Amino acid sequence: MITETQLARFDSIPLDGGMTLEPVQVAYETYGELNAAKSNAILILHAFSGDAHAAGTDQESGGLGWWDNMIGPGKGFDTDKYFVICSNVLSGCRGTSGPSSVNPATGCPYGMTFPPVTIPDMVRLQKMLVNHLGIQRLLAVSGGSMGAMQALEWAVAYPESVAAAIPIAGTARHSPQQIAFNEVGRQAIMADPDWNEGNYYGKRPPARGLAVARMVGHITYMSDQSMREKFGRRLHDQNQFEVESYLRYRGSQFVDRFDANSYLYITKAMDYYDLTAERNSLSSAFENVKSRFLVISFTSDWLYPSYQSLEIVRALRGRNCDVAYCELPSNYGHDAFLVTVAEQAELVRGFLASTFRERA
Amino acid sequence: MAQAFVRTLLGRSDYAIISEIVEPNTKILDLGCGEGELLAWLAEHKHVDARGVEISGPKVQQAIARGVSVFHSDIEEALADLPDQAFDYVILSQTLQESRAPLKVLSEMLRVGRRAIVAFPNFGHWTVRLAHLFTGRAPKTRLFPHDWYDSPNIHFLTVHDFEALVRSQKWNIEKRIFLQGARQISFLPNLLSEVAVFLVTK
Repeated sequence: MITETQLARFDSIPLDGGMTLEPVQVAYETYGELNAAKSNAILILHAFSGDAHAAGTDQESGGLGWWDNMIGPGKGFDTDKYFVICSNVLSGCRGTSGPSSVNPATGCPYGMTFPPVTIPDMVRLQKMLVNHLGIQRLLAVSGGSMGAMQALEWAVAYPESVAAAIPIAGTARHSPQQIAFNEVGRQAIMADPDWNEGNYYGKRPPARGLAVARMVGHITYMSDQSMREKFGRRLHDQNQFEVESYLRYRGSQFVDRFDANSYLYITKAMDYYDLTAERNSLSSAFENVKSRFLVISFTSDWLYPSYQSLEIVRALRGRNCDVAYCELPSNYGHDAFLVTVAEQAELVRGFLASTFRERA
Repeated sequence: MAQAFVRTLLGRSDYAIISEIVEPNTKILDLGCGEGELLAWLAEHKHVDARGVEISGPKVQQAIARGVSVFHSDIEEALADLPDQAFDYVILSQTLQESRAPLKVLSEMLRVGRRAIVAFPNFGHWTVRLAHLFTGRAPKTRLFPHDWYDSPNIHFLTVHDFEALVRSQKWNIEKRIFLQGARQISFLPNLLSEVAVFLVTK
């Protein structure tokens, strides 16, 4: 499957912070065919560092999509049956408007003058894209980690537009531990003199800070067991362990494809997201939801532990919503939703089939 | 009808009875639903809104892959989340004898559901009584094939025990069906039935 990222442009988007971003552009890819009734569309929501290239082989770079093992002909999200859409989030750096985009008013990149963005803002832009594609109601929205937050937000903000939501390895709000890890990443970036208050475009980017931030991130995505199995105490060379070499490699690789300011904006959006804010409880957040849900968590995920998924499931069950929940066994930690795909694909396949049969 | 169902579909006589009791287009919760076979059948043939609870991870995976909405949880915890009178029927099939707190489970079933369908193996069956009498050991029969130390069954109740409990709680028995193999019987059920199915209301 050869794929190509496309762009959609809109005049403006209102933001939760009260500002309006104008214009705004969103990068997206689609796979499979939209049926005549437009009832088979699925929106895939990427995690923190993902992008619109979720599946297939990119026409230009030749790179494989980040969830290629889940999306494609005969896979969990079966593109022989469904029309699958994935877009880069607002404030990202992979084609959608973000801090590295040029501000038309100044002719220079926004940097830290880019308006603050929330998870609901990201979802609002996704809704604009879905409308633009002529789709009234999505069969499903699904994503892991930050994508799970967006899936929940979709079901809450646009109850009429989502038949089913599949939040994986996610939460309705970050714990202090999750905020703490994000803050370490942000501080690493801002402590790099090259960050220069976010004004580094056209100059040397804060590569060392961003690499350290990514290294911390990678530790939280793995588990004690998966690290022991993957690296042990093996030496890479006389001076460093295998695990050190791996983290440095992943850190330096990240710098080539990710913008440090986007890192700050997106992690802040995740940290501030709280479905219970200005409501009495999580249950009241789900007062108007009409979707059915498939919630998945993983046994070894200590960054987004199962209790956070269970909190969502319990609140939904308390409202007598249609919700399936499974904690899948995996040793891969938070990365499991990208790696432990055989079982996950079976759950998704069955859930989508019955949703399509009963609700499309 | 019941016999054909038993032979061709799920190999369980109590499922046949349950499927006859359940009215179409209702809302069903199956506690200990296993791989969701009964729920999937009821969803397809009776167009019910089917939900399940199951503690075994691999079984939950099978059930969800079948398209049934199942909650991976212990039965007691799963019931506690639910609002009052959320279901038309709450089914507990061959699980009462494995529950830690049967009375609590039954009370919760009648809180979250308008009707409870309870199927359980009858420990009063004559083969169980004879085995106990003659061997002097915990019975091992067709009904209770496990050794005492690896049996999932922790309560050994009879038809009379169950009816006495229902009376003591002032609940109502709307239907009682007794099975010997795949045959329905009515004579001396506490002695002759292997499996009993009750429809109970509050």
